[in-house]
This record gives sequence, C-alpha cells and structure tokens, in this order.
Amino acid sequence: MAEFTLPANSVIKPGKLFKAAAGVTNIKRFVVYRYDPGSGENPYTDTYEVDMDSCGPMVLDALLKIKDEMDATLSLRRSCREGICGSCSMNIDGGNTLACTQSIASIKGDVKVYPLPHQPVVKDLVSDLTNFYAQYASVEPWMKTDTATPPDRERLQSREDREKLDGLYECILCACCSTSCPSYWWNSDRYLGPAALLNAYRWIVDSRDEAAGERLDELEDPFKLYRCHTIMNCTKVCPKGLNPAKAIAETKKLMVQRKI
Amino acid sequence: MSNHNQPVSPHLQIYRLPLTAILSITHRLTGVFLAFGCMLLVWLLAAAAQGAESYEALAPHFQAWYGQIFMLGFLFSLYLHFCNGIRHLFWDVGYGFELETVDLTAKLAIVMTLVLTFVTWLVGGAG
Repeated sequence: MAEFTLPANSVIKPGKLFKAAAGVTNIKRFVVYRYDPGSGENPYTDTYEVDMDSCGPMVLDALLKIKDEMDATLSLRRSCREGICGSCSMNIDGGNTLACTQSIASIKGDVKVYPLPHQPVVKDLVSDLTNFYAQYASVEPWMKTDTATPPDRERLQSREDREKLDGLYECILCACCSTSCPSYWWNSDRYLGPAALLNAYRWIVDSRDEAAGERLDELEDPFKLYRCHTIMNCTKVCPKGLNPAKAIAETKKLMVQRKI
Repeated sequence: MSNHNQPVSPHLQIYRLPLTAILSITHRLTGVFLAFGCMLLVWLLAAAAQGAESYEALAPHFQAWYGQIFMLGFLFSLYLHFCNGIRHLFWDVGYGFELETVDLTAKLAIVMTLVLTFVTWLVGGAG
C-alpha cells in the first residue's frame, strides 16, 4: 500500500555545516544526505562548502573532493567516473542521474544530493538494491533456446533484427529509472519496474531467443507489468537516453497481439 | 534485506516531478472526481425526472456559489481527462514516447483543457 510520508526512523534531521577554508571565494554548497547505521540515529543532511576553483566539473568530482578533503566518513558508490558502470546513481537536484555525468554548473543554487528514492539505505548515499537486482534476475536475462546451435557457426541475426536491440542492450542497471517511478515506489514488492521490464523486452524481441511466449506469460500479471501508468519519469531520467516506457508499451502491445 | 531498521530514502519529499508526472497524477485525480461528480449530476437528472417540485428543491444548490465551483471543476476535470486520455490512446498503440513529444502533448493537453473549459463555460454557463 502506498505510503506517502516517511516512517519515523527515516525522517531527515538537520546536520552539520562544513565551512570552506578562509579565503576561498568561489563556493558551491552541497547538501548531502547522511545516515550512519551504527549510530541508531535518524538520517540527516550535512552541508559542505566546496571550493569550485579547485574542483572538477561533475557532481562526483565534488563528492570525492568532500570525501578526500573535508569529511572522510561520507560513503558513496563509484567506479568508472564516465557514465558506463552505473555505480554512482543517486538523486541530484531532485532527479535521478549519475553523479559522474551531472555537471555542477547546470544546477542553480545549492546542490542537493540524496540516495536513490524510496530504497532502504545502507549508509549515506549507498542504497540497498537487493530487490532491484532480484527483479532483474527474475526476467531471466539470458538467451533461451529449444533448438540446437548450428554445428558450424553461431546463431546469426540479420542486420534488421540486430537493430531491434538498439536502445535496449545499452542498459547499465544503474536503477535511476526504477527508483524515479512513483508506481515502483508504492509497489516495488510486486511491480518489476522499468529497468527489469526494459531488459525483459530486450530478450522478447531478440530474434535468436526462443522463449518469447514464456517470457510474456511470466509478465502477464496485474502488478509485474501493468503497474506502469506511463508516468514517463523513467525515460526522463535515463542517463543512457533509453526509453523504458516505450519498451513497456511495446510489451503490452505484444500481450494484446498474441490474443488476436 | 539485511537490517529491518534501515531507513527508507526520501521520495516525494525531494523528487522534482516533471510536468508529465504531474499530469499523470492529475489524470487519476480528475478520474476519481468525475466518478463522484457523475453521481451528483445523476442526482440532479433524477430530480428533474421526478417533476418540477423535486427539481426546484435541488437546482438552487447547483446555482449557488459552491454548486458553480463544482460545475466548473467537473467541466475542467472532464476535459483534462478527455485530452490526456487521447495521449494515452496514442501511447497504447506505441506512439508518442519521444521526450520532446511527451512534453509537447502534455502542454497541448493542458492548453486544450483550458480553452475547452472556458468556451463551454461561456456558451453553456451563460444561460
């Protein structure tokens, strides 16, 4: 059932202010969500005054600068710092995105940084994506076949069939889309969410996969697929420019087409 | 899930909902309002069907300021649900998912709603 307010243990309290060193003139304030699992306290937001004259251009640069120079206790996930690994997904300035590809200059006022919305928080900006990954696994994202592979070659695919996978295979599973979706917020226990559904569709339309029917059977459920109400938050936030909403709509169409 | 005490990260509290999302929730709210509003209109029709006496007892309420606000709200809801419903029809057959298109059709639905509401109110409400 949808719960629009935060439970008592999740309400955010005010935190500390980390002032910039004296003499620093080009300051940008970063308001960052903090939660320490060892403290037994509620989450809070700390404010860091970052010297922009000695900071890289992206939000990830600023967060790492904070961690290196101002507050080593700040926790976040990051790896590739170039938008390909999907580790540093978080909510920045009210929208989900990758910290490494989000420029600081394009944000007006203070930069507000929160973990991905409506997820259990492990620590600070690190959210628990166990459920998200389990949902991805549940769509069985691998090629399933009944026929034997040709003995003399791979399973070939025409250029046209290969093109059907464009805009789908690029998903990096950063969870920006699913955790931007209000439907997913209220029903993530039963609704698969845009990321898992986009990946399900990626295999349904793969000409080499022979389990499309089975895959559709698995999605034919009032919650798993049909909690999508075309709110479009997923497509709005995808840092790879993919369109999960469209993939879901195509899946719904296939559901109808196979009945007529 | 490891720790039952894990807090839930903020969602509605911090998310900046885009126009498409606002229109989506408004679509649902107007749908609910229309369902209830229809009952009131049926009540008025039923009163009229029963005769002049029962109609005259009820009609002043619809002409009073709160009745007029309800009628205007109903009209607005009807048109918004209708215009946005057309977007949903296109989406159902797989069209209009590009980012520029969803923003354009969102604005279009809102403008059309305001125009249709205004015109209907002028034409029908004048009497």
